[in-house]
Amino acid sequence: MIAQAQVSRREFLKTGAATGAALVVGFYLPERSHGQDSQNLQTKTFSPNAWVRITPDNQVTVLVERPEMGQGQRTVEIVLLAEELEVDFSGIRIEQAPTIPDIYKSLSTGGSNGTRSGWDNVRKAGAQAREGLVRAAAQLWRVDKKECRAENGAVIHVPTGRHFAYGELVEAASRLPEISADAVPLKEAKDFRLIGKPVARVDTPSKVDGSAQFGIDVNVPDMLHAVIARCPHFGGKLVSFDGADAKRTPGVRAVFPVAPLGPLDICSYGIRNLNTAGGVAVVAESTWAAIQGRKALRLNWEKGPGAGETTASLRRELERQAIAPPTFISVDRGDTPKALDDAAKQIEATYELPFAAHATMEPMNTTAHVRDGEIELWSPTQWANVIQDEIATLSGLPKSKVIVHMTLSGGSFGRRAQWDYAAEAWQVAREVKQPVQLLWTREDDIQHDFYREYAYHRLTGGLDKQGKLTAWSHRVACTPIRPVFDSPESLQDPQHSAEVDGADPPYSCPNVYVDFAPVHSVVPRAWWRSVEGSFLAFGVECFIDELAHAAGNDPYEFRMSLLQDDGKSGSEQGLNKRKFRDVLQLAAEKADWGKPLPPGCGRGIACYWSFGSYIAHVAEVSTERDGALRVRRVVSVVNCGTAVNPDGVRAMTEGAINFALTPVLGGEITIKDGAVEQSNFHDYPVLRIDQSPVIEVHIVPSTERPAGMGEPGVPPLAPAVANAVFAARGIRVRRLPIGTRLLKKW
Amino acid sequence: MNLTVNGKTYELDVSPETPLLWVLRDTLGLRGTKFGCGMGLCGACTVHVDGNAVRSCQAPIGSLGTEKITTIEGLSSDRSHPVQKAWIAEQVPQCGYCQSGQIMQAAAFLGKHPHPTRDEIDHAMSGNICRCGTYHRIRRAIQRAAGEAVL
Repeated sequence: MIAQAQVSRREFLKTGAATGAALVVGFYLPERSHGQDSQNLQTKTFSPNAWVRITPDNQVTVLVERPEMGQGQRTVEIVLLAEELEVDFSGIRIEQAPTIPDIYKSLSTGGSNGTRSGWDNVRKAGAQAREGLVRAAAQLWRVDKKECRAENGAVIHVPTGRHFAYGELVEAASRLPEISADAVPLKEAKDFRLIGKPVARVDTPSKVDGSAQFGIDVNVPDMLHAVIARCPHFGGKLVSFDGADAKRTPGVRAVFPVAPLGPLDICSYGIRNLNTAGGVAVVAESTWAAIQGRKALRLNWEKGPGAGETTASLRRELERQAIAPPTFISVDRGDTPKALDDAAKQIEATYELPFAAHATMEPMNTTAHVRDGEIELWSPTQWANVIQDEIATLSGLPKSKVIVHMTLSGGSFGRRAQWDYAAEAWQVAREVKQPVQLLWTREDDIQHDFYREYAYHRLTGGLDKQGKLTAWSHRVACTPIRPVFDSPESLQDPQHSAEVDGADPPYSCPNVYVDFAPVHSVVPRAWWRSVEGSFLAFGVECFIDELAHAAGNDPYEFRMSLLQDDGKSGSEQGLNKRKFRDVLQLAAEKADWGKPLPPGCGRGIACYWSFGSYIAHVAEVSTERDGALRVRRVVSVVNCGTAVNPDGVRAMTEGAINFALTPVLGGEITIKDGAVEQSNFHDYPVLRIDQSPVIEVHIVPSTERPAGMGEPGVPPLAPAVANAVFAARGIRVRRLPIGTRLLKKW
Repeated sequence: MNLTVNGKTYELDVSPETPLLWVLRDTLGLRGTKFGCGMGLCGACTVHVDGNAVRSCQAPIGSLGTEKITTIEGLSSDRSHPVQKAWIAEQVPQCGYCQSGQIMQAAAFLGKHPHPTRDEIDHAMSGNICRCGTYHRIRRAIQRAAGEAVL
């Protein structure tokens, strides 16, 4: 999904008179089709793929491509660039790169890929710019460039101490011939002055004074406001409606039906299911008037094919599929059935994880303006390039006539990688011929999310007389996410529709079997922070804990004994067991593993490897006689390769821990009549500050390439808490969330 | 009707049941105050009414008279309020969407409880949701702003 820019050469150029002379470092691409569309560069000479601009007043401007959703992406990109460009990073001005995907190839993020995808190219952009400035200075001084050094926004002639500020070199550098990006070496880790050191985020000031502009804050002249009454039953439809009272509501301008949108052939992405519910739009002069108008609608829905679907019916089917023949066998090493028969001890366990919502603090919204032959959108999205393609396909306009402004996002966690709300905004704007902001209320958000799938695990394990693990069998039954948004063709490949990546345990075991059985549901599902890791880790890491206890072993020691470099585990590809041992060992040490706790309290450990990062959490819980559970402390150890901004890595880990706690302690999405029963934070309780633990994050030093950190903190948290509950009370958590009823059995 | 926001008096022509939140955002263009739930459950819309933290989504404009309203834009002109400074020092925000409300809640709370305990902080801030999970840093920032030792 995330394309990497091909860096073939770089050019300097002067900008037009409007902005004065400027040094622009761009990566020229063979395809120049959209080059002249570059609004920000105002260049007449070529179509650059540009990230860096330097003006004679020494102002460095960086165009960032990937969205900022809270993950600290902009700060990471500035650090990477400033490291090579040798400038003070606090003075850099940031612009969001425009949606010209032929030039800017990374206008999206996903899969914890932000830092990873910027690691090479953003540094190269900075190095190229620096090289040009150094060469320009050498030329002006008529000296060998080897005698020159870039430092803190200036080039210095070392033997004489002469120096040029970067701004003074703009014109000379602009006249230089091309420099190949690959010919400029990048810094070695030992020379880093910014990478690896904690820095203050570039967006913090705007986020403490209210000036940060999110999608909901977009204000275009003559903008109207809209909400949609959507069919609450997934797969259902609007039969009829009476909008007379809604139209009479003060401030309401228009009331009209909006059709549901299904699979769409988005040219560059193939067939994708837009999955909008359809319903009735209310357009008004203010948000409040639109909401009031919607309340006055009289709506008649048909429940559709999901009318009989409930959480109970889904659970029955999941339980059935947990023992039915598999659809897809993911791992089959050794002879697991025989090993289970031969085992001295056989353990079986099931774990159930219901649907979970994203509930980003900024509800979904998009502002759209449909003009003659042109569409402009402002959207808090994770995927500006996909939105552009989608709206171009829907409208029949060429991509170049669809302008997408990617705004800051008030959280995403995977939700904003869906294309439903932008399509709806276009549908509404097409009718009103005026800029219109479509806003989802919290009720819309909770009831029309793309939820974390409903998962049910059945695990069976065998131990020999010495307590050694000899067999591991894992059935994953769940409502897979692919059928919701992917093409029918891709689903013919069972592996493609299976959620078993990452289910192969890292633990040494001679006989391992993992398979998958899907359950149909009308409920939309998609990526939820850490995707399948969020439920696979729960099965694997709770079960290994159960096996440790069955073997009479300590859960930490048992894991360590099964993470030796003996080549006997399946997930060897890319897996580094030493890194696993390191994070476990440090977590145990920092969390006082083994030290006694008061009665009713316990520690639980879990680890997981995802998006390239190794994480171990130790959770410390206390339980009360009334059933209350408190997660008091979480100690987390992270090996994510190079931590570009260690404070950002800490923040992501803290955030992932708290995010993962919601489906453990509170929220659950339940289904009745094919519709979500919850509607707002009163019945979908998300984690609040008085439930949040003290968190300690330790980062293992590394100079390896950065791994992803947006998501990996999520998977091991729920099992660490469940294992701590067992340590505290001897009760196994079979289902999330952990209700007070479970713990009342004192 | 007249409304005094951040020291400035506005003359408004909106229906009295309109929540203060939407008057601030849609009518006055003060968009630092955020919409989160519309039910007073998340605290994203928190502003000060005569120094008290109030959920602006639950305050009909007609219920307000001469009270002085302060929004995040009016807390300070240069991010110099002790709570804002502490938020920067502790690097609290991630997505930042809830932080206007968090800061307004914390500022009102500290105005009345200058030396809070951790439990008092948790209690006072439990009406403000942060989905990015910055709670750990919110606690530290409030303690910092209060001049207490950091956890």
